[in-house]
Amino acid sequence: MTPFTSLNSVAVPLLRDNVDTDAIIPSREMKSTGRTGLADGLFAPWRYLDAVARVPDPAFPLNQPEAQGAQILLGGANFGCGSSREHAVWALAEYGIRCVIAESFAPIFRGNCIRNGILPVTLDRAAIDGLGWQKLVVDLTTQTVTADGKSHAFTIEEEPRQMLLEGLDAIALTLKSLPEIDAWTQADRARRPWIYAGKAA
Amino acid sequence: MTQRPKTLFEKIWDAHHVAQTAGGAHLIAIDRVFLHERTGASALKSLAASGRPVRDPARVFAVMDHIVDTRIGRGDDTLMPGGSAFITETRAAAQAAGITLFDVNDPDQGITHVISPELGIVLPGATLVAPDSHTCTQGALGAFAWGIGSSEAEHAMATGVLRLDRPKTMRVTFNGTLASAVTPKDMALHLLATYGAGGGAGHVVEFAGEAVTALDIEGRMTLCNMATEFSAMTAIIAPDAKTYAYLAGRRHAPASFDASYWSKLTTDDGATFDREIVIDAATIAPMVSWGTSPEHSMAVTGSVPKGPDRAHAYIGLEAGQTLLGTPIDAAFIGSCTNARLSDLRRAADLLRGRHIAPTMRKALVVPGSSAVKRAAEAEGLDKVFTAAGFEWRASGCSLCFYAGGESFPEGSRTISSTNRNFEGRQGPGIRTHIASPETVAASAIAGAIADPRELAR
Ligand code: SF4
Repeated sequence: MTPFTSLNSVAVPLLRDNVDTDAIIPSREMKSTGRTGLADGLFAPWRYLDAVARVPDPAFPLNQPEAQGAQILLGGANFGCGSSREHAVWALAEYGIRCVIAESFAPIFRGNCIRNGILPVTLDRAAIDGLGWQKLVVDLTTQTVTADGKSHAFTIEEEPRQMLLEGLDAIALTLKSLPEIDAWTQADRARRPWIYAGKAA
Repeated sequence: MTQRPKTLFEKIWDAHHVAQTAGGAHLIAIDRVFLHERTGASALKSLAASGRPVRDPARVFAVMDHIVDTRIGRGDDTLMPGGSAFITETRAAAQAAGITLFDVNDPDQGITHVISPELGIVLPGATLVAPDSHTCTQGALGAFAWGIGSSEAEHAMATGVLRLDRPKTMRVTFNGTLASAVTPKDMALHLLATYGAGGGAGHVVEFAGEAVTALDIEGRMTLCNMATEFSAMTAIIAPDAKTYAYLAGRRHAPASFDASYWSKLTTDDGATFDREIVIDAATIAPMVSWGTSPEHSMAVTGSVPKGPDRAHAYIGLEAGQTLLGTPIDAAFIGSCTNARLSDLRRAADLLRGRHIAPTMRKALVVPGSSAVKRAAEAEGLDKVFTAAGFEWRASGCSLCFYAGGESFPEGSRTISSTNRNFEGRQGPGIRTHIASPETVAASAIAGAIADPRELAR
């Protein structure tokens, strides 16, 4: 996973509440069991006037000339709600988004962001309203979003922060605790044998 | 020394707590992983590509439910372009990993959250994860069960644990008794309409109170199913005699539920939650959604409230309009919310001897599992539905979501027993109203949104 320390980019506002993962990547755009080939389908229902012919809707924020190469997306409340599909995050990442700043996130989507090197930042709505189309510096070491000299502090739990900063693979990290996991599992087998029984005879 | 009173969730959390990480997260043991072909193959393939084995394949299950065709006589082909690759690749990956697979035409096939309880795979006090947001449904059995992403599924399979920050807790108490013809679906929509789609964010929600304990297990699953629409991490209901009676004899369930362990799976008196909501069940009416978020829900007899312009424009209804009498083109009874035997029975009761309106362009019933389908057929429910003008299908997610294959007729306004009314959820431009199976049945008969109480006999 690519580490995330700081980012310098224009912020594209998509200030709607309850942006769901069906809108971020519709099911019909998930054409294979892989994690790639998704950027083209990102926000397909909103980004294209005709999703089949891929005719862009010039009014959609990501289609504005200033949005070219943008790595930061702004959202409203409950961003990423709906289906757990990690494809929503893979599509954002493949498109080039490295940070989503929203009023709140749906929990599965937020977890998926962290696992894929996208920083989810929660700020209040008033702050977000002032960030649209601004050049921002998002710094995870200082936990600040700065626009035009004005900084907003954000919080993130220590573990996801470290994982993002160092680009850590969560599985590799957890496997270091394998002796503890094994010991726990062995004790649990005695406590709750039915969990491990498999198919009952 | 007496212990500090604990919530049910805290007890399960503590019982699965393996260690705390340097970063402050917790390693929580995962008892069961459930995969489906839509998101499961990518988790299994990615795990295999990394050279890591599944730690305990006996505790990992997979099923074909999302992409699988629901037309009778199906095979691996699907109407979704490229859809059969999801089936064949999941099958190959599941076989290679040595996990239990419920294949397309397996007698135990069905929607993940329907078959996991049916087969006794989810158990009270256990942890279960699946790369599917509606895994919260299974909390109805007293498990800590929640939806995750594919990377997390891979993590759980490779390590047997997940790294979690401790969620907050909320109790939603439904006091009193539901009025007749009011269902658990209406309880869920009422909660969403009152407290919003972000109302449960970051919380594990315990549903409690008389109106919840009065529900049968299938009804409890319907209620817990929509916790993800509430943005909750998951939902849970304390197991009771009904839960153990439901699970007794199920294939993967223990042979006996020894009281000393299982009886402790309740929230202690005096345990505290981060947040409490209390609802008087008697005030809940049959509900229907009017907009494009499940929080856009209202009593079927009410008038459409003011909401975001986008939602009004998409659904084609203005604030102040009544919903009753709004013409509909299609009806769908199915999904992990409302396609269990009791749901089908209640819908069939209203449809018996009646027919859907001639203006209806599509109406289908998709049983939640192959077992539900067989049981319904044994009671003749399939005949009731087909005589009333509904198509009778094989089990799967079907038109709960649009995958690029089958859809509703262009421009349809659909009433659906599902859980999501998002823009385009059931097909591009399709307008979805979510409601109970009773309300769907009553509306299909009327050809317009209708109050099921008018038909109830
Ligand atoms: S029935 Fe619908 S909501 Fe349930 S698992 Fe299938 S697609 Fe998801």
